[in-house]
Amino acid sequence: MRGVTRATRAARATAATAVALAATATACGGGGSSGGGGDGSGVVSSSWGDPQNPLEPANTNEVQGGKVLDMIFRGLKRYNAGTGAAEDMLAEKIETSDSQNFKITVKGGWKFSNGEAVTAHSFVNAWNYGASLKNNQKNAYFFGYIDGYDKVHPDSGSQSADTLSGLKVESDLTFTVKLNQKFSTFPDTLGYAAFAPLPQTFFDDRQAWLAKPVGNGPYAVDSYNRGSQMSLRAWADYPGSDKAQNGGIDLKVYTDNNTAYTDLIAGNLDLVDDIPAAQLGNVKADLGDRYINTPAGIIQTLAFPFYDKAWSDEKVLKVRQGLSRGIDRKQITDTIFHQTRTPATDWTSPVLGEDGGFKGGLCGDSCDYDPDAAKKLIDEGGGLPGGQVKISYNADTGSHKEWVDAVCNSINNALGNSEACVGNPIGTFADFRSQITQSKMSGPFRAGWQMDYPLIQNFLQPLYYTNASSNDGKWSDPDFDKLVDQANAETDQAKAVGLFQQAEEVVRDNMAAIPLWYQNGSAGYSERISNVALNQFSVPVYNEIKVG
Amino acid sequence: MGRYVIRRLLQMIPVFIGATLLIFLMVNVMGDPIAGLCGQRACDASTAAQLEKEFGLDKPVWQQYLTYMGNVFTGDFGTAFNGQPVTELMASAFPVTIRLTLVAIFFEIVIGITLGVITGMRRGAPVDTGVLVLTLVVISVPTFVTGLLLQLLLGVEWGWIRPSVSPGAPLDELIVPGLVLASVSLAYVTRLTRTSIAENRRADYVRTAVAKGLPRRRVVGRHLLRNSLIPVITFIGTDIGALMGGAIVTERIFNIHGVGYQLYQGILRQNTQTVVGFVTVLVLVFLVANLLVDLLYAVLDPRIRYA
Repeated sequence: MRGVTRATRAARATAATAVALAATATACGGGGSSGGGGDGSGVVSSSWGDPQNPLEPANTNEVQGGKVLDMIFRGLKRYNAGTGAAEDMLAEKIETSDSQNFKITVKGGWKFSNGEAVTAHSFVNAWNYGASLKNNQKNAYFFGYIDGYDKVHPDSGSQSADTLSGLKVESDLTFTVKLNQKFSTFPDTLGYAAFAPLPQTFFDDRQAWLAKPVGNGPYAVDSYNRGSQMSLRAWADYPGSDKAQNGGIDLKVYTDNNTAYTDLIAGNLDLVDDIPAAQLGNVKADLGDRYINTPAGIIQTLAFPFYDKAWSDEKVLKVRQGLSRGIDRKQITDTIFHQTRTPATDWTSPVLGEDGGFKGGLCGDSCDYDPDAAKKLIDEGGGLPGGQVKISYNADTGSHKEWVDAVCNSINNALGNSEACVGNPIGTFADFRSQITQSKMSGPFRAGWQMDYPLIQNFLQPLYYTNASSNDGKWSDPDFDKLVDQANAETDQAKAVGLFQQAEEVVRDNMAAIPLWYQNGSAGYSERISNVALNQFSVPVYNEIKVG
Repeated sequence: MGRYVIRRLLQMIPVFIGATLLIFLMVNVMGDPIAGLCGQRACDASTAAQLEKEFGLDKPVWQQYLTYMGNVFTGDFGTAFNGQPVTELMASAFPVTIRLTLVAIFFEIVIGITLGVITGMRRGAPVDTGVLVLTLVVISVPTFVTGLLLQLLLGVEWGWIRPSVSPGAPLDELIVPGLVLASVSLAYVTRLTRTSIAENRRADYVRTAVAKGLPRRRVVGRHLLRNSLIPVITFIGTDIGALMGGAIVTERIFNIHGVGYQLYQGILRQNTQTVVGFVTVLVLVFLVANLLVDLLYAVLDPRIRYA
C-alpha cells in the first residue's frame, strides 16, 4: 500500500493553469511498497504486458504469459538461470536405453499450492490435454514427438483418440513415454512450460482456474485482475529448494514500455524487463549499475521466400551472400541498439555455450561487412531479383523500422544505389504472420527466433527442417534433414552437437537465412531491490530478487 | 417534442448499422488474425481451423457480420483472443474511461467557460490577448507532447504525481490525464465562449437587463450566458464521444486501462470482436450525446421548438 493521496478539491474554478491544479493533488513520490528491510517479506513490482492467450501451460507462447508460468509452475526439468543446463527439478530420474522409450520417475512430496499432490497423473493428464486438438492449445506441437500424437492431433479432420498412446502411468510417481522417433535430448526439452503438470482442479473447472491459476511453483497467484494486474505471493509451503527470496511479485500491465520506464525512474516501479529502444541511450545515466544487459537465446535473421522462383534459383545464392556482406552489423548494433545486440556469426546463440553447440565465426566471411565483395557477389549472382529488394517487417512493435531502414541503407551504400533496398512495413504482427504463412512474401523478411529451450536443435530444426513449423521461407535441403535426424538419434551429446553443427554448415553454404545479431535481454531496477538477474529467456529470475 | 425524439431515434438505426459495418469490414480487411496467435511459428493447420471456427472466422464476411450483430442484440459481444468475454473487457474499461471523460469535460466546462467569459467581457484587454495566445499554443501542440511533458515534469522531475495511473484509476489520479485529454477542446471552448459572449454583449436584451438595474452577476449569468452557450453546448456534446474514443493517446501515456487501451490492443491483435464491440458502444454514446444536445437547445432557448 502506498501513502493515501490527499483528495483534491478543485474548490475554485479560477485555478487557470494546469500546474496550479495538479499541485493540489499531491501524490507521494517514491515507491513505498510494503515490507522490505531484507527479511524476505517485501513485494516487488514489475512491468508486464497483457498475455495474448489464455494462461494455460500449453497455450502460452510469448514472454509475458511465460513469465507467470515460470513463477507458478515447476516442471520435471528446470534450466539453470546462469548456465542454461537442464537440471532435474521434479524428475527423480529419467531413464532410457534407446533414446525412444523413456521411464520418468517423479520426486515424491511435491504439491500444488491448493494442497493436491503432484503425481505422474498430473503430468500425463496435462500433456494429454495439451496435445488434444479439441482443446486448441497453441503449443500442442511440443507433444508431436510422443507416440500417438497424429491420432490425438491430426493434420486435418477430427481426432480419433483423446489420449496419447505413448504415455502410460506405471504407478503414482512413474510414467513411461514412448516417442515416435529417436530423440536423445528429449529429457532436456522437458523444462519448457508446455510440459508443466496440472492439478485436478484445472480439469474440473477450467474457467475458474484461468481466472486464478493454481500451480506448484514458489509463487501462488493471490489475485488476478485481467488486463491490469496480477499479484503473486511467495508460497510458504513450497517444497522446492528455490524458495522465493521476497514476499511476492506484483505484475503490472503497461500498454507502453516507455511509461513503465518513466515509472521506474520516478520510483513507482521496481523492475522493468524491457527497456524501450528510445531510452537505451540514456539508460546508463539514469540507472547506473542498476541496468542489466545480458545475452538471451534470441537471434534475428532475414529469411527468404524460397517458394518464389526469383529467390530459389541456383545462382541467387551469391546474391544472398552478397546481401549478407553488405550489412554493417557492428555499426547498426552500436548506434541503434547501444550494444544490446551482438553481431551474429552463426545461426544459434552464445547462450548455448561452446559445449552446447554455439560456434562463433561458423558463418565465416559471409557475415563480414565488405561493401566491395557485396557488390561483386550480387553482380555475379545476376543482380537483385526484380532490381530491388523489399525487406518486410511488422511495424507495430519492437522498433523494427529503425533497424530495417539501417540494414537497407547499409546495403544501398555498398551497392551505390539508393533504390536497391527498401523496407516494407506491415501494419500488425498478425497480418505479417498471415502473409508469411500464405507464402505471399516477395523478398527477404524479418525472422526472429526466441528459443524454447537451450538446445542447438531448437535453433535449427524448427527453422530449417523441411516443412517445420517456423520454416517460413520453405527452405528444404535433404542433406540438412538427414544430419538433423542423425543428430537427434545420437545418444552421445558431443557427437550430436557435432552433427547439428554440420547441419548448420549446410544452412551456411546455402545462406538459407542471413544471420543479423544475437539479442540481449535488458532490464532496469530500483534501489529498493537487489540480486536481480535475467535468465536466458530474457525473463527476470524473480524468486532470487531481494528487497531492501 | 415526443414525435421529434422518436424520429431522431429512428434515424439512429441506419447510422448505427453503417458505422458498425464499416468498422467490421475495416478490421476484416487487415487479414487473418489467427496467424498472429502462434508467435513466430505457423499455427498447425488443424488448430488454426479450430480457432477460426471458434471465433466464427470461417464463414463469409457478411454472414460473420449478421451473426455478430444478432449476438450483440442478445448482449453477447463475443470473446477476445485471450478467452475473456468482450463484455468483461467493457465492464473494466468503460467505467475508467467515463471517469476520465468526466474529469476532462469538467475542466472544459469550468475552465473553458470561465476563461471565455472573462475574455469575452474584456475584449482587447491584456488578459484577453494572453489567453488567446495561450489557447493558440495549446491547440497547436499535439496531445502526446503535452502529456509526455507533464508526465516528465510533474511525475519525474518534481514528483507531484505518479507518472502512471493505478489500475483502479481513482479520480484524483485522473486530474492530470484529464487535463491533457481536455486541453485542446478546452482551448476551443474558451474561444467559442469568448466570441459568443462578445457578440451577445451588445444585444438588445442585455442592454434592457442592464437598464432595469439588474446586478451584473445576474445579467451575465442568466441573460448573457444562457444565450451564448448554445454553440458551446453543441461542441461539448459532440466532444463527449470524441473524448471517449480519442483517449487512446492519453491512456497510453498514463497507462490507463480504459477504452483506448482495449481498442489499441484489439486493433493490434486484429480482434474483430473487441474492436467492433467497443466501437458499437462508442457509436451509441455519440448518437445519444448528440440527441441530448439537440434537446438541450429547447431548454436554453424557448424559441427553438421541435414540432
